[in-house]
Amino acid sequence: MSRPLLEVKDLKQHFRINRRFTTKAVDGISFTVDRGQTFGLVGESGSGKSTTGRSIIRLYTPSAGEIFFDGHRISGPLDAQTRRLVRTKIQMVFQDPMASLNPRKTVLDIVSEGLMNLHPELSVEQRKEKVSQVLEQVGLSADFVNRYPHQFSGGQRQRIGLARALIMEPQLIIADEPISALDVSIQAQVVNLLKRIQRELGITMIFIAHDLSMVRYISDRIGVMHLGHIVEIGDRNEIFTNPLHPYTLSLLSAIPQPNPVVEKKRRSLGYLYHQGGIDYTKGTLHDVSATHQVLAIPQEFEKWKAGDYSDTLTESHRVDPQSRQRS
Amino acid sequence: MERKRILSIRDLEISFQTTDALIRAIRGVRLDLYQGETVAIVGESGSGKSVTVKAVMGILSSNGSVDNGSITYTDPDTGEVFPIVEMSQKDIRSKISGQRIAMIFQDPMTSLDPTMTIGKQIMEGMRYHHQVPKKEAQRRAQELLDLVGIDNSKRRMKQYPNQLSGGMRQRVVIAIALACDPQVLICDEPTTALDVTVQSKILELIQSIQKEKNLSVIYITHDLGVVAKVVDYVAVMYAGRIIEKGSVEEVFYDPRHPYTWGLLSSIPDLNLDEEELYSIPGNPINLALPFKGDPFAPRNKYALNIDFEEEPPLFHAGGKHRVASWLLDPRAPKVDRPASLERRLKEMKEEVKRHE
Repeated sequence: MSRPLLEVKDLKQHFRINRRFTTKAVDGISFTVDRGQTFGLVGESGSGKSTTGRSIIRLYTPSAGEIFFDGHRISGPLDAQTRRLVRTKIQMVFQDPMASLNPRKTVLDIVSEGLMNLHPELSVEQRKEKVSQVLEQVGLSADFVNRYPHQFSGGQRQRIGLARALIMEPQLIIADEPISALDVSIQAQVVNLLKRIQRELGITMIFIAHDLSMVRYISDRIGVMHLGHIVEIGDRNEIFTNPLHPYTLSLLSAIPQPNPVVEKKRRSLGYLYHQGGIDYTKGTLHDVSATHQVLAIPQEFEKWKAGDYSDTLTESHRVDPQSRQRS
Repeated sequence: MERKRILSIRDLEISFQTTDALIRAIRGVRLDLYQGETVAIVGESGSGKSVTVKAVMGILSSNGSVDNGSITYTDPDTGEVFPIVEMSQKDIRSKISGQRIAMIFQDPMTSLDPTMTIGKQIMEGMRYHHQVPKKEAQRRAQELLDLVGIDNSKRRMKQYPNQLSGGMRQRVVIAIALACDPQVLICDEPTTALDVTVQSKILELIQSIQKEKNLSVIYITHDLGVVAKVVDYVAVMYAGRIIEKGSVEEVFYDPRHPYTWGLLSSIPDLNLDEEELYSIPGNPINLALPFKGDPFAPRNKYALNIDFEEEPPLFHAGGKHRVASWLLDPRAPKVDRPASLERRLKEMKEEVKRHE
């Protein structure tokens, strides 16, 4: 088998706040994404999932660890060539389509901006032609090129954001909560669009979200993040049918099902990180199966395998996990 | 036990004057709330769900006006009747909001005062409405913090909102809403800004408090999963009208309106493995533009010719179930629900059987 498109090895992203306090947003995570696959990253806010995406695309300089993209090391200082590679072949789609599109620019300007840098030889007509093509690809009419972002609905704006990414002909798209700001009926449209585009163009994708049910639809593999660590990683069906880590269990139990009689009786599970005495920095990845790993120390692993979650999960509503980690 | 009607909305019509056009945001809404029961208003942004409850609280923005209809509040203890639409803002403030109807907003950070301690914010309403002495108010505030599951309440009283996590803040907002012992609690997307794991815990908290205090609750949400978890009655809104309402069982196990079909189908199902997720085509209608017939018709695969001519009335569908769709007219052709939804409904009913 060929080398994965993206390899992340022990990535750390720390932010120094002051002399005594450093936020360890991402604290040593490793994963690989194969060509044409979708990797889903889930977790609550503050778990480091967005930071991971931003470190890969080099909006931050990683504190430690290595990232390989298409065989090139992109984690250290970048030379002109790798910088160009990162800036063109990896593209990002952001959460809030209104905040990520310049309100004073037309769709043509927004979508074609990257082209001017990548293909400065193109004439104005050729650029326009390319923009129209991409807009059609994401299901927007080519007549929209002279409109401004505020003239579109939320779902359409997210399509513009996607068009801006696609025009660079990327190999990897990092979608950072692309549907959280959209209406329910529109979310499904955008997820289907992402899935179709990915299939047609063979693009690799990292899909970041806190909504496990949508992640399941779009991902091949899923990594569950909490406090800067990947606590469980595996093929999507294994994560859903055979979850082992208590945090994954609590995430899964939090998804409300549209079945009133069943849902009314069900209690969601709260995850007790501090009371449960779990320390992620001590844990190592244990194999549940060849394609499914969980972060734990040996005793925890044995306990969870035996189905004993007595000290880490609770049905009480009187818990509010303090998610910010102090270090 | 007899059900006591506490809030009734009749033929409500609300419009907003904007620089471009007159927007008729609410076009004839009828809704009842009984003591101790829970109603959810479901819809996309712009469907008018928030505007409806804002009218109940008397906090419509200044360019909005109630053109028609009534909102009547009946105090279940004293039997006093308040016609909210006719009341002045000042009257509503002193007699309704806070004391009888309290509201919880979506984002706990923007609904709390960042310059005031939590204790002060909880006590504010009690001191204003009931002239509770300070010592007494402090004691009650501390009790409320305990009730909403915040430990160490004495220390928390002196903290500021920025010192708390999102879930904690929403708990404080709930405590503030409960401070004056309201009879109705309106929750406007109470969990959308929160993390998934915290979300369900907050819902369970509201539920347990509701039982304890016999509160009536109105939920505003677009999440049908939330509705299934906590609600007795549900009203689905589209473009300013209620297009389907009934008990939560009626609407979830036997949906009759194509829009509700679409909403239910577009929830990812954890049990079924489908390639493509169903999505409702098109975008929500822009109410500033003139339209004819049913506003949902252009997005509706099952639209009949008459849908483009005339808006459907509310048809009876048995029990408390009402549906605004011409498909329920006896003259309409028989239309089956989409096969995938039918499969899912069957699955759901089987799951219910397994649980019994």
